[in-house]
Amino acid sequence: MKKKISSSNSIRRATRRWGLFFLGPVTAAFIIGFVWPFVQGIWLSLCRFKTIKGAQFIGLDNYAKAFSDVGFRHAFWYTAMFAVVSLVLINVLAFAVAYFLTQGIKGSNLFRTVFFMPNLIGGIVLGYIWSMIFDGILSWWSTSILLESKYGFWGLIILMCWQQIGYMMIIYIAGLQNVPGEMLEAARIDGATRTQTLFKVTIPNVMPSITICMFLSLTNGFKLFDQNLALTGGQPFIIQPGGTTIKTTEMLALNIFNTFNASGGSSQGVAQAKAVIFFVLVAGLGLCQLGYTRKKEVQQ
Amino acid sequence: MNAKKTLSAEARRKTILSAVLAVICVIYVLPVVAVVINSFKLNTFVKTDTFALPTGEMYAGFENFIKGMTFGNYPFAKSVLYSVVITILSTALILLCTSMAAWYIARVNSLFCKVLYFLCVFSMVVPFQMVMFTLSKTANSVRLLGFWGPHLNTPWTIPVIYLGFGAGLAIFMFVGFVKSIPMEIEEAAAIDGCGPLRTYFSVVVPMLKPTMVSVGILEIMWVWNDFLLPYLVLDKNLYRTIPIQIQYLKGSYGTVDLGATMALILLSIIPVIVFYLTCQKHIIAGVAAGAVKG
Repeated sequence: MKKKISSSNSIRRATRRWGLFFLGPVTAAFIIGFVWPFVQGIWLSLCRFKTIKGAQFIGLDNYAKAFSDVGFRHAFWYTAMFAVVSLVLINVLAFAVAYFLTQGIKGSNLFRTVFFMPNLIGGIVLGYIWSMIFDGILSWWSTSILLESKYGFWGLIILMCWQQIGYMMIIYIAGLQNVPGEMLEAARIDGATRTQTLFKVTIPNVMPSITICMFLSLTNGFKLFDQNLALTGGQPFIIQPGGTTIKTTEMLALNIFNTFNASGGSSQGVAQAKAVIFFVLVAGLGLCQLGYTRKKEVQQ
Repeated sequence: MNAKKTLSAEARRKTILSAVLAVICVIYVLPVVAVVINSFKLNTFVKTDTFALPTGEMYAGFENFIKGMTFGNYPFAKSVLYSVVITILSTALILLCTSMAAWYIARVNSLFCKVLYFLCVFSMVVPFQMVMFTLSKTANSVRLLGFWGPHLNTPWTIPVIYLGFGAGLAIFMFVGFVKSIPMEIEEAAAIDGCGPLRTYFSVVVPMLKPTMVSVGILEIMWVWNDFLLPYLVLDKNLYRTIPIQIQYLKGSYGTVDLGATMALILLSIIPVIVFYLTCQKHIIAGVAAGAVKG
């Protein structure tokens, strides 16, 4: 036993000398691609700047402007509503599909293949496919998805369902296959109906998958960008009495992107502040998930 | 008698379920069918007769494809080339570098390793919008080898950015797997005279293969479909990946050529579907592994 410990220690010492070789490339790329931009991003959110070199510290001004921006606040509520509605729909439908596909029916594999397929298509392409389809349908009433914000909202919900149901379905199928067969058997022998078995045995046993999927679809909803840009790009726009324009179907990520690109680059500080707020929001959701799953694991 | 009855009821229920799911499946592929139909339709009819077959005067032949492939004096073949180059280089670089780092982190576990691992996990919850502005500026100013070489804003160097921004998930998945491999195998290799390099490349890498496939598939799907990162980092007059070129075609002002857009979309999803149908098992397994861990 003692010998083993010392041998693994000597291996560790020998490996340690190769640190630069094994860790060097990732560390360098990680600093360039993440750490430095992240730190700089926090700093710039406290500055007024057009170029990074000419940044001028102004404290929390940008944050005040971001919070008082009507368009940003609208984007927040719109995004939150979208995230919650899509969460419910995607998970209910994905669970239903997964539940039926694990009952040993004919053609399960083919169905699984088809349902998962949209998940591989990129967000921009998805957006344009569906904008053509919705416009094709709405043209029967001679209107367009760009003309009314409720079309844009439900259009995006349908698009996301089409894309994400297959993905969540895969996670649910993995969870459902882990439900102990003896438990289902016992429930059947005790005379439980199918519905009773589903709610009293199956669902409690797939709770971990349900948690994962709910958080995944919630954060996916909050971070959505490509599909939003391609499907409506924020249209229709409403011009408020004060002269400010509200892009009614613009979500948070697109709002930040548009603020960065606003004319003259005068609002880049505000955009960066919005990005930090966005980060805190999304990271907060992620940490909740981590804490929640940890707690569950301890209990089990 | 009773058991027989419930059995046949069960069989009937399954048949009905199959039939319902088959109908939903057909509805599920309709959007793709719509793309195929409209890529052969004259542009003026795409909006008015979206769901009609491209027959008679609506039929455009391969005109949409020719138009799409030469749109904006930017040959679509170039976009395909750049997308392929960026996806392959990035995935290869990520697999090589992060698996090496993950093995070192799991085995040496020094303070630096712990800090790096913590930062990697942290980076997984940071949305791209947080760093997009500063990252694109960094890519424009940093050179590949410090003060020498090309900047990081070309298709041949953007993999470094992907490695940096995508390291989190890959390292997380690899470390999780390496920790489950017993040390004894590596100890045996060391006793047989293998140095760390040899141990890693001839003993550890073969064991990492299944995780490499999972990580590789997740990275391929991410990089191939990614729009915003290359859009912000690359010089768009010179380098347009497939999503960028499609965005240009549809998002350009003035008259939008829907037929040509659909032709390009069809061309861009054919390889994805072929890839999916050939490696379906690995793709689904990889996605499930990534989701459960991330």
